[in-house]
Amino acid sequence: MKRVKRRYLALQVDGEGVPSRRELLDAVWVAVARLYGEYGARMTGLALINYDAERKTGVLRTSLATLNLVRASIATIKSVAGNEAAVHVVAVSGTIKALHKKIPKQM
Amino acid sequence: MKRVFGDLHLRLDVKDRAEMVRVMRRVAALGYGLVGVPLAAETRGEEVGRLREVFGGVGLDFVSRVDLRPRNAGELVRVLRRVRRRFEVVCVLCENKIVARQAARDRRVDLLSFPLLDFRRRFFDEAEAELASVGLSALEVDVKPLLVLEGAARVRLLSWLRREISVARRFGVPVVVSSGVSAELLLRKPREMAALGFLFGLDKVSGLDAVSRNAGAIVERNREKLSAGFVAPGIRVVKEGRDC
Repeated sequence: MKRVKRRYLALQVDGEGVPSRRELLDAVWVAVARLYGEYGARMTGLALINYDAERKTGVLRTSLATLNLVRASIATIKSVAGNEAAVHVVAVSGTIKALHKKIPKQM
Repeated sequence: MKRVFGDLHLRLDVKDRAEMVRVMRRVAALGYGLVGVPLAAETRGEEVGRLREVFGGVGLDFVSRVDLRPRNAGELVRVLRRVRRRFEVVCVLCENKIVARQAARDRRVDLLSFPLLDFRRRFFDEAEAELASVGLSALEVDVKPLLVLEGAARVRLLSWLRREISVARRFGVPVVVSSGVSAELLLRKPREMAALGFLFGLDKVSGLDAVSRNAGAIVERNREKLSAGFVAPGIRVVKEGRDC
C-alpha cells in the first residue's frame, strides 16, 4: 500500500478568548466542511497533534494532497468557540522536528 | 529574490491615527511590506507625505490609492485627468459596461474592480480582458467577501471568480489579490491570501504573484511615471544642460 505523505502545520490563534483543543479542531473541521463538503473533508485526514492553550498555538496534521485545501479553509475561519478569531498558519513542514525548527522563537 | 508582499486595498480610517498605527503594526507583523490605502480624491500631497512617514515608521511602504466610481465614460476620463498624477494607484469600480470598457482601455487605470455581490454587473468577460491586456490594467479581487459570506452566496461568488480568473489568465491580464478589509481580525498573511486564491483557480505561484509581484509591478511602474525625470516609458532625463 502506498504511504500517505503528510504535512504538519503550525497554527496560531489570534483573537479574544482561549479556545480548547476540541474547539480549535472543530473550527477547522467546520471550515473545511463548509468549503469542500463532508466528502472533501474526509480526504484531509486532519488531526491536531498538540495544542498549547496558554500560547494559543498548535500543530495540525493533514495529507500533502489536501494541503492547499486545508490552508484555504483555515484562512476562512472567522470565529473559534463563538469568539471572533483568526487562525494563522505560521509554518508548514513534512516532519514535526523540522516544523519546530521553522517556528519563530517567540511562539 | 525575496518577495515583497503587498496589500493594495487596506481600508484604514486615516483620521483615527492611533487605530491606524495599531492596524499598521499588525499588517507589518503579518509579513507585508507594501500597503495601499484608498484616499479621498481631494487628499492633498502634504497629507500623503505625512502618511508615508507614519507608515515608514513601522516598516511599511505606503502606496497612495484612489478609488473611482464614475457613472459614465466621460466622467471617468475627466476624473482621471484630475487625479492620475496625484496618486500612485488608480482603481475603477466598474458599475456599468461602458465604464468597464473605457477603464480597461485607458492606460491610466491600474486596477479594475467589479461589484462583488451583484453578479449581473461583473463585466469581466473576454472583450474586457482583451482591452485590459493592451491597456495594462489588472483585475483586483478582494478576499473580504470570501471571509464574510457563507453558503450559496459564497458558492456563487467563487464560481464567478473562477470564471473571471480563467479569462484573465487566458488573456495575460495580471490578477491582484487584496484584502479589502478594515477589521484587524479579518487580516490574513500573504500566504493565506495566496491560499484563498487557490479557491478561485490560482495555483501556488500565481497566487503568490497576485499578492507580491503583480502589485509591486503596478506601484513601481507608476512611481517611475510620477518621478521628476520621466519622459516616456524607457526614456528619462539623466542630466540637464545646454544644447551640445
